[in-house]
Amino acid sequence: MRSLAVGAILAGLAAQAAGAQPLEARLPTCFACHGENGTSQLPEIPSLGAQPAFYTTVQLLMFRDRLRVTEPMNEMAKGLTDAELQKAADTISKLPPPTPVSNTPDAARMDKARALSQQHRCNFCHQANYAGQENVPRLAGQREDYLLKALRGYKDNSRRGYDAQMSEVVYDLKDEDFVELAYFLARQK
Amino acid sequence: MTHSSQRQSLVLAGTVGLLLATVWPAAAQQPAPAQQPAPASQAAPLPPGSPLIGRPDTADAKKLAPVPAPPVAAAADKLPLDKLKAPKGFKVEVYASGMANARSLALGDKGTVFVGSRLLDKVYAIVDKGGKREVKVIASGLYRPNGVAFKNGTLYIAELSQISKIEGIEDKLDNPPKPTVIYSDLPKDEAHGWKYLAIGPDNKLYFGVGQPCNNCIPSDQHGQMRRINLDGSGAEVIAHGIRQSVGFDWHPVAKEIYFTDNSRDWMSEDLPNDELNRMTKVGQHFGSPYCYQGDLPDQEFGWGRKCSEFTPPIALMGPHAAALGMKFYTGSSFPSKYKNQILVARHGSWNKTNKIGGDVVLVNIKKDGSAGPIEPFLTGFLDNNSYVGRPVDVLVMKDGSVLVSDDWNGAVWRVSAGGNARTATAR
Repeated sequence: MRSLAVGAILAGLAAQAAGAQPLEARLPTCFACHGENGTSQLPEIPSLGAQPAFYTTVQLLMFRDRLRVTEPMNEMAKGLTDAELQKAADTISKLPPPTPVSNTPDAARMDKARALSQQHRCNFCHQANYAGQENVPRLAGQREDYLLKALRGYKDNSRRGYDAQMSEVVYDLKDEDFVELAYFLARQK
Repeated sequence: MTHSSQRQSLVLAGTVGLLLATVWPAAAQQPAPAQQPAPASQAAPLPPGSPLIGRPDTADAKKLAPVPAPPVAAAADKLPLDKLKAPKGFKVEVYASGMANARSLALGDKGTVFVGSRLLDKVYAIVDKGGKREVKVIASGLYRPNGVAFKNGTLYIAELSQISKIEGIEDKLDNPPKPTVIYSDLPKDEAHGWKYLAIGPDNKLYFGVGQPCNNCIPSDQHGQMRRINLDGSGAEVIAHGIRQSVGFDWHPVAKEIYFTDNSRDWMSEDLPNDELNRMTKVGQHFGSPYCYQGDLPDQEFGWGRKCSEFTPPIALMGPHAAALGMKFYTGSSFPSKYKNQILVARHGSWNKTNKIGGDVVLVNIKKDGSAGPIEPFLTGFLDNNSYVGRPVDVLVMKDGSVLVSDDWNGAVWRVSAGGNARTATAR
């Protein structure tokens, strides 16, 4: 089971005290959870491929400084210098984009969700092809369960953003909108 | 300043190109990435009432997004001092740097300058040791501690959903105690949740509770200004219809509170203006979300309402310009025309193709308390439609010089008047 693998990794992490290791020694552990080629196979663990470096740097900084509290990420980022955070982000940004869900999507659902995305201007900050930019993450091909978790987290204030933009965006959205948007975005190339 | 006679318009600029400015300490300005291709099919009709109806559907439509501040402070040798301009006879210099996301300012009795942050968790203190400034972190692990205020030895801090204090802080800067919470009956919404904090002539703490959205009907907890006693008791709502205020100060003579208010986004690039308001009594409603800038009924919530129901602003601060911290100039070293006029920091726009703001302006205040002309004071933070800095708050020092915080560079600037300071015409 994948979750046992994650558990073993985390146990190993604790033994090695990741917080004391240099960046290079931690990267294999990053890829063990997030996938080596930009696509995560683990439930609710995000794919990192082709994420804008600015966004990743900021998220790693938030984990390191505990502005965002989500183990094991706080431990994983602990003690890294600003330069190492940026280096990690640059490395991650070069991973191939995640593999989107490939079954034949329900055309009606896709059309409705596309309209929803346009109405709420997701395709402004995240760009028309949802590749993201700067501090705005790539959504195209992201894990559907992770997208849903993230949107719900912004809605109930359990997920803290760098600025508060997403909190403002989701104010007008309902949970059923999140379900449709996650379905749509996970299937974008 | 006259109100715009333009009525609401849904025409967005729709010009070409992506606007990106990556500013990372010690990194060169990165060029904007190549335009991404639009998806093959965008045939689905927009839902009725969508504000995007009527937007030109050009392939290269500019995509507007908030401009993120770097989460680390600019290196001292990378500060854009040479870009900043003040009127003739004034001098601009770096007061202190190395404070990532430096935001609101407060002055201690012993001259310590306290600095809050919005995107990070820290409150800084700048200590002036005979002209050499030292930066310390005096609180960390806080949740958007944007608001700072000082009275009788005590520092007050406004986080997103609580107000706290540290007593006797100036004697304990190297070993500061943890803040004690005095008030926490506040909503937890991130959107517009960060606060400005100031102490009035009545010895009460004032702060806003912003709208948890871009534009919505507020609950009875949001879109308002409150005040509490210095011990956290006696909370009262004193004004409504304020979308988000991140700056206010009291007229030195009349003692009325003047405050900036950031108006809504996504109506148009040129409307509505951000506002400068004046509160003449408790209980006024300043319009949001029904009416903006005093004369613009909101396209969504304005139906069945009249702008005349609400208290209009006394000055328009530019559409999306993000008018934030402000102070009445009460020092003696600037020319006399500055006395009891308001300096307002405009953080600068993002919801606008051609950015405005990124400056500190002087709002002339007449004897009757109303506003006169607005003129530039400190400019240059906006350079070729990109930010090299973004001013947040203004502080008048005992020597009459003015400090300006800059959350883009994580620095505080100082503007002082020379012996021959003259007012200059607008730049």
